[in-house]
Amino acid sequence: MNGPIRKVATFVSLLMAMLLLNLTVISTVRTESLNEDPRNRRVRDAEFSRNRGAILVGNQPISQSIERSGRFPYIRSYPNPEIWAPVTGWYSYDYARSGLEQSFNAELAGTSSEQSVGRIVDVLTGRRSQGANISTTLHAGAQQAAMRALGEMRGAAVAMNYETGEILALASTPSYDPNELSTVDLTAEREAWDRLLNAKDEPLKNRATREVYPPGSTFKLITAAAALEDGLVPSSMVDSPASLRLPNSSRSMGNSTNCGGTRVTLEQALKTSCNTAFGNLGISLGGEKLQAMAEKFGFNQEQSIDIAAATSRFPAELDQAQAALTAIGQFDVAASPLQMVQVAAAIANDGVMMKPYLVSTVTNKDLTVLSAASPSRLGQPISRSTAELLQQMMVATVEDGTGRPAQIDGVVLGGKTGTAQSAPDRPPYAWFVGYAEDPKVAVVAFVENADIERNDISGGRLAAPIFKAIVEALR
Amino acid sequence: MSVTKQPAVSTDVIVFRKRRNVELALILFAQVFGFGGWVITHLSLYSTLPDNLVPVGAIWFGLGVAAHLVVRFRIPYADPLILPIVFLLNGIGLAMIYRIDQIPEPPRTDAVDQLMMTALGLVLFSGVIIALRDHRRLQRYPYLLFIAGLAMLLMPLLPVIGVESGGAQIWIRVFGFSFQPAEVAKILLAIAFAAYFYEKREVLALAGKRFMGIELPRARDLGPIAIMWLASLAVMVFQNDLGTSLLFFGLFTVMIYIATERPAWPILASIMFVGAAIAAYNFTNHVPRRVNAWLDPFSDYDRNSQIINAQFGFAWGGLFGRGWGEGRPGLTHLAKSDMIAAALGEEIGIVGLMAIIMLYAVLIARGFKTALISPDGFGKLLAAGLSFTFALQVFAIIGGVSRLLPLTGLTTPFMSQGGSSLVANWMIIGILLVISHRGRMPQAATAAPQSVDQMAAVDDHTQVIAR
Repeated sequence: MNGPIRKVATFVSLLMAMLLLNLTVISTVRTESLNEDPRNRRVRDAEFSRNRGAILVGNQPISQSIERSGRFPYIRSYPNPEIWAPVTGWYSYDYARSGLEQSFNAELAGTSSEQSVGRIVDVLTGRRSQGANISTTLHAGAQQAAMRALGEMRGAAVAMNYETGEILALASTPSYDPNELSTVDLTAEREAWDRLLNAKDEPLKNRATREVYPPGSTFKLITAAAALEDGLVPSSMVDSPASLRLPNSSRSMGNSTNCGGTRVTLEQALKTSCNTAFGNLGISLGGEKLQAMAEKFGFNQEQSIDIAAATSRFPAELDQAQAALTAIGQFDVAASPLQMVQVAAAIANDGVMMKPYLVSTVTNKDLTVLSAASPSRLGQPISRSTAELLQQMMVATVEDGTGRPAQIDGVVLGGKTGTAQSAPDRPPYAWFVGYAEDPKVAVVAFVENADIERNDISGGRLAAPIFKAIVEALR
Repeated sequence: MSVTKQPAVSTDVIVFRKRRNVELALILFAQVFGFGGWVITHLSLYSTLPDNLVPVGAIWFGLGVAAHLVVRFRIPYADPLILPIVFLLNGIGLAMIYRIDQIPEPPRTDAVDQLMMTALGLVLFSGVIIALRDHRRLQRYPYLLFIAGLAMLLMPLLPVIGVESGGAQIWIRVFGFSFQPAEVAKILLAIAFAAYFYEKREVLALAGKRFMGIELPRARDLGPIAIMWLASLAVMVFQNDLGTSLLFFGLFTVMIYIATERPAWPILASIMFVGAAIAAYNFTNHVPRRVNAWLDPFSDYDRNSQIINAQFGFAWGGLFGRGWGEGRPGLTHLAKSDMIAAALGEEIGIVGLMAIIMLYAVLIARGFKTALISPDGFGKLLAAGLSFTFALQVFAIIGGVSRLLPLTGLTTPFMSQGGSSLVANWMIIGILLVISHRGRMPQAATAAPQSVDQMAAVDDHTQVIAR
């Protein structure tokens, strides 16, 4: 009977080997996805119990972990919640994270691969590990001014140092209190989430980076840039009829402002935001040139900023009528406020587009620097001379055109207004995008529910003061 | 000592070394793991040593020494590795039950009950060793044991004392005590099978007609086999307990194979098992559900949360585990009993669980070794059958918890919470040790003929005591 016993023993050793092999598979193949599963409470609880690093503006934390006792030893706290929510995002037990809390989650939690040595030291010395601090490029005054100027309106504003790409303000209204979502009282957290998610004004939306809107007349900057690169000069004459029949279409385009004649210079057309003149430019340039210029400025490209951002879009294969409409920022073109501030910044920076960034340094609790950002070039969408001509035209627009409400004594400013129609039954979007030479800043202001007349002067009147408030805060 | 040396003359008497001192040292060493797990759990949860450190230590190590003394004086030639391994497994199980006790507020005291059950198991283990000097006495009553075993197996189906729990009807409750009679049935039936097959092995193998390469036994020899097959089916269908049914069927198959040496039996059994599995998949509700929970648990998180949480536990523990008291084993339903392997994987890691599987493998290997060296066929069959039940249980439950197989509700031997299983398994260890003692003791003292391959040489395990 020993023969069968040996065979059975061999069979049993195979069974045991299968168990060991299967555990090896769990450990090598399945572990990662299991730990990433959002339903994994072990990971979620541990994550939520971490002593995360702070998010800093200057030396002031705008998000920090505070020690407490109970199931979760730390609570995430936002000292000035509503002002900074568009940047910090929220950090919650049930609803994950957003903003910098999300994009720098590993560093804040102390779990990034760069921090692994420190983690091992912590384990060996029995210290509770701490996450890294995140220093931002933001300017507290500018952010406050932006949020205050936007006030009750639904809108957004972004300010950026055009020479370096540092984001100085990133505002989106209405805001919310992320403390309500980071609370350890999970019932209250869920109630707050339901309320915020279903609120009519959609406060959880980040309108500055994650939403795209028709840019309206601010897109004329890109059309103008394409025209200048195509050989025109500011004094070139363009037809500006009162009404422009769109080719192969029953529709026609009208003006909402007085263009100052039926044939005007390019500069005059930009100053008065003359629709028919730019419609004509769009027809003569054609969709492809417009698209090439828009894409150089970042349309249809993934946005690179330290928090999640939407891709601005420029439609492909336009016919003449569509090119005319697109040239004035209507039809299917859509841009995020962040995209538009990059356009203004590239023009102001003599054609060089800098990479926008929000986080300057990531610092361990022992003050060693984990990573530091430095200014970097994204590209050069337009030549220096084109940029200088555009600057001149934008300055004229503020001095003597639709951008007058943005004027500040003693500061050289350039800008462009915009009023975009979203839908016939909805109020139009008001835009103002511009730059100042001192301080060197490009700013976009955007209001979603502008309760105004549908013309560019009105858009400028509503959005330009926001621009002005931010620039003044930075002086 | 490893130099192989042929016995010079036939007057040499070669015997196995007793290795009792090694066993004692190993038992004490093995007990440190469970004891250490308990102390470390207490330290990491409460940052202090347990108040009852000394009394618990005295009881625990006292149990080990007592078990050793019984073996040393009654069956000195018993295998020296089996007892230490069982103490190691039992101790780690106790520590893990204690650890999971600490999760609810206030903490439970299931570990105390389990320790008392361990003590009871050791009493019965000692009882088996003291009362049963020679396992061959068990050979005398195959039919009686068979009927008793069947009765035990089917007892939970009785109306008054049978209790349903967790979807399976495998418990009985008498005078406030509940236990799983299948655990006792396992012992009785293993003995009955061993006796019956040993007695009938020739008829089963040779008499009867050949059909498709299989020697079909005569109808009257087939009777008990058919009854056993039906009983297994009844357990599966009426008690809703796939694991136990599989266990008995496997035990039965392996024993008939070893007794007859006909590979046709396991092949036939595999075919029948596959057939039954397919039928169960098609005609029952709970089998497809289990298969789905095995193959695609994440398709229904709420229904499969137990197995999913076990996987989360493995992942959370990683290679080396969170450490005693540092994981979250309480998130897995039934972490103390069915899912104790997941709790261990979480706190002592995949590596720790692998070590435990290796310990089971060594334990089972020593069981098969006992079967190989046993001089009598009944002992061989019984030792091999009992070892195989351990193997099947470990494979089915740890494989189920780690998603190698569909989950079946079997106990993890010596580890999971539950007195009936623990006590029964300790009794099985007692029987195994008695068989190994008979196998290893100097053959001159026994009437049975010495098996040839055990007499071949003097080596590390054996010594020459007389010329």
